[in-house]
Amino acid sequence: MTLVAERPVRATAPAAPKRRKRANVLPYLLIAPTLVATAYLLLYPLVRNVVISLQEFGLPQLVRGDARFVGLANYVQVLHDPEFWAVVRRTLWFTAINVVLIMVLSTSVALLLVRLGKWLRLLVMGGLVLTWATPIIAATTVFQWLFQSRLGVVNWALTSLGFEEYRNYTWFADGEATFGILVTLIVWQSVPFAALSLYAAMITVPQELYEAARIDGAGAWRVFSTITFPVLKAMFGLITCLEVIWVVKAFVQIWVISQGGPGQATTTLPVYAFQVAQSLQRYDLGAAVSMLMVVLLVLALLAYFRQLYRQEREA
Amino acid sequence: MIGRISRTAAALLVFVVSVFPVYWMVLTAFKPTKDIQSATPTFLPASVTFDHFGTAIAAKGFFSFWRNSLLVAGGAVLLALVVALLAAFAIARLRWKGRRAFVLMVFVAQMTPWEALLIPIYVIARDTGMLDTLWMLTLVYFMITLPFTIVTLRGFLAAIPVDLEEAAQVDGCSRGQAFRRVVFPLLAPGLLATSLFGFITAWNEFAFANVLIIKDQDDRTLPVWLSSFNNTFGTDWGATMAASTLFMLPVLLIFVVLQGRVTTGIVGGAVKG
Repeated sequence: MTLVAERPVRATAPAAPKRRKRANVLPYLLIAPTLVATAYLLLYPLVRNVVISLQEFGLPQLVRGDARFVGLANYVQVLHDPEFWAVVRRTLWFTAINVVLIMVLSTSVALLLVRLGKWLRLLVMGGLVLTWATPIIAATTVFQWLFQSRLGVVNWALTSLGFEEYRNYTWFADGEATFGILVTLIVWQSVPFAALSLYAAMITVPQELYEAARIDGAGAWRVFSTITFPVLKAMFGLITCLEVIWVVKAFVQIWVISQGGPGQATTTLPVYAFQVAQSLQRYDLGAAVSMLMVVLLVLALLAYFRQLYRQEREA
Repeated sequence: MIGRISRTAAALLVFVVSVFPVYWMVLTAFKPTKDIQSATPTFLPASVTFDHFGTAIAAKGFFSFWRNSLLVAGGAVLLALVVALLAAFAIARLRWKGRRAFVLMVFVAQMTPWEALLIPIYVIARDTGMLDTLWMLTLVYFMITLPFTIVTLRGFLAAIPVDLEEAAQVDGCSRGQAFRRVVFPLLAPGLLATSLFGFITAWNEFAFANVLIIKDQDDRTLPVWLSSFNNTFGTDWGATMAASTLFMLPVLLIFVVLQGRVTTGIVGGAVKG
């Protein structure tokens, strides 16, 4: 959805002199509602977040509204907290493992789609679209059912395969197991978009290139590494950036399934910010953590826009 | 030959992995409780029951959660559509100073990390007495879908040739009339597709609904209700999966509708040469 390319606007016919004045005001009237909405519902909350992160803002201040400024004290406190750094490390690890899995799997699926006959391809694409259409909350609910300790189909399958230790195994009581389930869930939800986008890009690569390579006797891996990947480098970069952004800010899946637990095993940055604000009622520290997350995301975003720009120039 | 067989096997594996969770959800929803609780699960429907759907629909507040979700998502989409159409027209059809900056703003707004704005929006809602109101939720969803709606509508508008409008204006229509009578009908599929996508986004949203509706539990939306299925259904997985299926149903219907409509190139034949 974010891949819509900027199209050049066609110049309209020169306006007649008497209409010129109206035409000058019209565009600004048309965008006014958007500007007002963006200012109040996006810019103001963002500024308010910065302000809260610079204040002492707990429950008393929320109720009475007399918060005072404390400068960068909240940031200093957060950055000196070993728990924050543990969360950052966990977020980076979580992001890396998810994005690598998503990119490898979706590239494989896209390459597979290119090579399939019409009916099998439609079948696989239909399955991917169904996964894509599944609402996050429906998915989290189903995954909790799949991994139930009693009656869960995953434990049944593992036990039937001879792994006795999985009989009535409680996945959600173990940190690493819950972490693994969340990775599985996010990868499962993310592969369709990436795979279908990569497939759409792959079929635009000129066939002659492949034929030439095959005549030269190149194998499948060589064809991918010398033709498909270099030609679509910008596209791969773009999708990787998008996935990084989506995984870093993944909040709902984690909050609904584990609330960051058990212990802190699945607490990533957005979950941590929310925990600090909501459970500890330290809105100031929560705001500071979420501002630090925004900084992290802006870095990823800048990379994304650079890729977008490159993609536009190559297109 | 071996390559062909392994490709087919891989394709079937991808299909099964992507479809299985949803299949298992629907299958469980239709399974009699004794089948759900049997030690060896069955993977094909042996006997079908609608009991679980009955339990889900009879759950306290089910219909008000549906109504709330519909109101909030529908309201947000309508608002976004009107506001976005104005802005999209300004970007796609008019030349003015600041246009590029505005487009850039929309692109940036589209990438807003909303997860980072949960705290300030909660504080603002509380300060302005908008906490626990569906209005606040509608406004937030409107803003979440607005940038995307502008970008897509601009794409659809740009695809409609200016010649058509100019021809209508030569024939004596005013600019407004030309837009209403010529462009609008051509834009209808685009409006439908865009609004349905916006609707799905708002229908599925959980984080803000979870933060902004706290006291009055009757004002909750479906995702928040479904996320706390333990409180409603306990370990009745049949009813939980039935509720989950009912929640997903509108989204699936929308995808089926979009499948046919969006790809129809109505404009195709409008301009020759």
